Amino acid sequence: MSGRIEVVAERLQRRRVLIAGLASYWGGRLAQALESFPEVEAIVGVDTRDPTRELERTEFVKVSNQHGLIQRIVRAARIDTVIDARLVVDAFTTTRRRAHESNVIGTMNLLAACAGEGSPVRKFVFKSSGHVYGSAQTDPAFFTESMRRSGPATNPIERDVVEAEASVIDFAAKQKVVDVTVLRCANVLGPDVDTSFTRMLALPLVPMIVGFDPRLQFVHEDDVVHALEHAAVHRLPGTFNVAADGVLALSEIIGLLGKRAAPALPPWGTGLFAAGPLRVAGIRIPAETLSLLRFGRGMDNRRYKATGFDYGYTTREAVLAFSEHLRLQPILRGVESAYTYEGEVERFLRHSPLARPPETPEQGSAGTSATEREPFGI
Amino acid sequence: MAPRNTSLAPGRNAEEVEGGALTATDRDRMRALLPAIEADRRIDDWGRSERVEGVFDATVVEFFYRYWFRCEVEGIENVPADGGALLVSNHAGALPPDAVMIGKAIRDQHPRARPLYMTVEHFFKGYPGFSALLPKIGCVPAHPANVHRLLYDEGQLVLVFPEGRKGTEKLVKDRYRVQRFGRGGFVEAAMRAEAQLVPVCVVGAEEAAPVFARSKLLQKATGLIYFPLTPTFPWLGPAGMLGYLPAKFRIRFLEPIDTTRMGAEPAEDKALVQSVAQEVRARIQENLHEMVSRRRSVWLG
Repeated sequence: MSGRIEVVAERLQRRRVLIAGLASYWGGRLAQALESFPEVEAIVGVDTRDPTRELERTEFVKVSNQHGLIQRIVRAARIDTVIDARLVVDAFTTTRRRAHESNVIGTMNLLAACAGEGSPVRKFVFKSSGHVYGSAQTDPAFFTESMRRSGPATNPIERDVVEAEASVIDFAAKQKVVDVTVLRCANVLGPDVDTSFTRMLALPLVPMIVGFDPRLQFVHEDDVVHALEHAAVHRLPGTFNVAADGVLALSEIIGLLGKRAAPALPPWGTGLFAAGPLRVAGIRIPAETLSLLRFGRGMDNRRYKATGFDYGYTTREAVLAFSEHLRLQPILRGVESAYTYEGEVERFLRHSPLARPPETPEQGSAGTSATEREPFGI
Repeated sequence: MAPRNTSLAPGRNAEEVEGGALTATDRDRMRALLPAIEADRRIDDWGRSERVEGVFDATVVEFFYRYWFRCEVEGIENVPADGGALLVSNHAGALPPDAVMIGKAIRDQHPRARPLYMTVEHFFKGYPGFSALLPKIGCVPAHPANVHRLLYDEGQLVLVFPEGRKGTEKLVKDRYRVQRFGRGGFVEAAMRAEAQLVPVCVVGAEEAAPVFARSKLLQKATGLIYFPLTPTFPWLGPAGMLGYLPAKFRIRFLEPIDTTRMGAEPAEDKALVQSVAQEVRARIQENLHEMVSRRRSVWLG
């Protein structure tokens, strides 16, 4: 199919990139991927925590959510592309308060750091989430980018995502010189990523709400990284859905995983049940996932494809990849060594005259391009 | 590039979405970007399940279509063999059997046996049981964006009942009186999707599941959208919903109306939309009168 669709997005050269949220899963994966892009001249990563992935040429700066400090880094390093990979879209990863702090206040500060007279920033990529659309009874079967959610957000994560995206759209309207790209990602599946969905689907019995079989759409973790890369090196102003081809019924997904469904959640009082007996049983299903278990969500992914982006996995293939991982997990558990960031070591490797890279980056990455489909860094 | 659809509030970034008429090449290009059909899947992206629909079709639907209602079909050639078409029908009966019978008639009689997507109220998506089952047999919530995608992008057959609940709620004394056709939204949908409009008349559904009265109290208690009292429901429990009387069914597909020959942007012309809606309603009513007048017996046809 890709042969017939011409690439409409213009490819950019000589980028100096800042990744906000380097310690987050997406920030780390993206930095690892961009290191092999010859057109990316410099990569600076900022975060409040230490990086969680091993990086070669990315420069890490540990900085709190203060726009003044980030602004100084942006200007000093003459950053032209800022990629925000911080958004927390899953209530289980952190506390409600921290999620709000990062999602809403953090986004506001980052935008403030990119704005202003004389700012070198010309491009801002925001990783958003399909949660902006919510999940409701009166939803269309496929959300396109121009559609609005059916009603106001009813849970904290969705409220955060809506608010954060609104501030980005507002920034885009005011900063005419900055190309703002918003990527609304579907729920992610894959061997490496940890979400409330991957946890739920890993259970021996997958919970369902009695009488509901929602349509769900996922995107493979590698495709999200590729989508961010694509946005980083192309001129792509606008909002785009990032979701794999295919919307699957939950029962179909459970079948592909070779698991059994447990229609255990009552259709009425589902929230109370999830907060009570399920929590006691050690299963945590956040509110935004509960509404997906009832009404599901589908997104129209054609707009991003029209810019020349190709997905490596359909939703079905992402589910199958995840099911392979589930079968291997008991064997592989604990084999891969965890990476710990040591600031002194990283500084020595990058800046000491004694440390020589094994080969120059140009030689090492000459053949690499965004269209290659090898997963990175697992 | 969103489908043009003014009935949906435009988003904040509406200006980024290409507005105005899409050219033919844009349309082909966006169609080419639709997800490819995965051969191993037995469920489509709308949730329609080949397996469930197949079982349902070979048992319950087959029984009612062939032996119980003894459906007779006229004008099947008026259903286009390809491209999007919006079928518009009169609607009647508690838990109306008409939609499923029209779908079966097309599978049974049409040379291409095309699948029919039946639009249903959003209510069913929120009601346990219906929510899981209805999409499996080809029902889709009646959202304008759903109808547009099915007609315009996927080129499918879609069935709508513009009378909506006014049709199913009406009592047996009002049978074959076609109710008001909403606000003509179905005509706009067909025009935007450049699809054909095929009026459909169904005789028999009114007598198969006659509604003698409605119970407000029981409706509140069950949370249903309406609570009909029929010869078998609620007396025989939920199964009483399927307790149809053996009325003779006749389904007539009328000549299609081509919405592509109504000038540029016909959907913006409210007067045109209303007059087309009126015309469709009048043609259905007229044909219903004629079909009922020729019928010698409700049960034998």
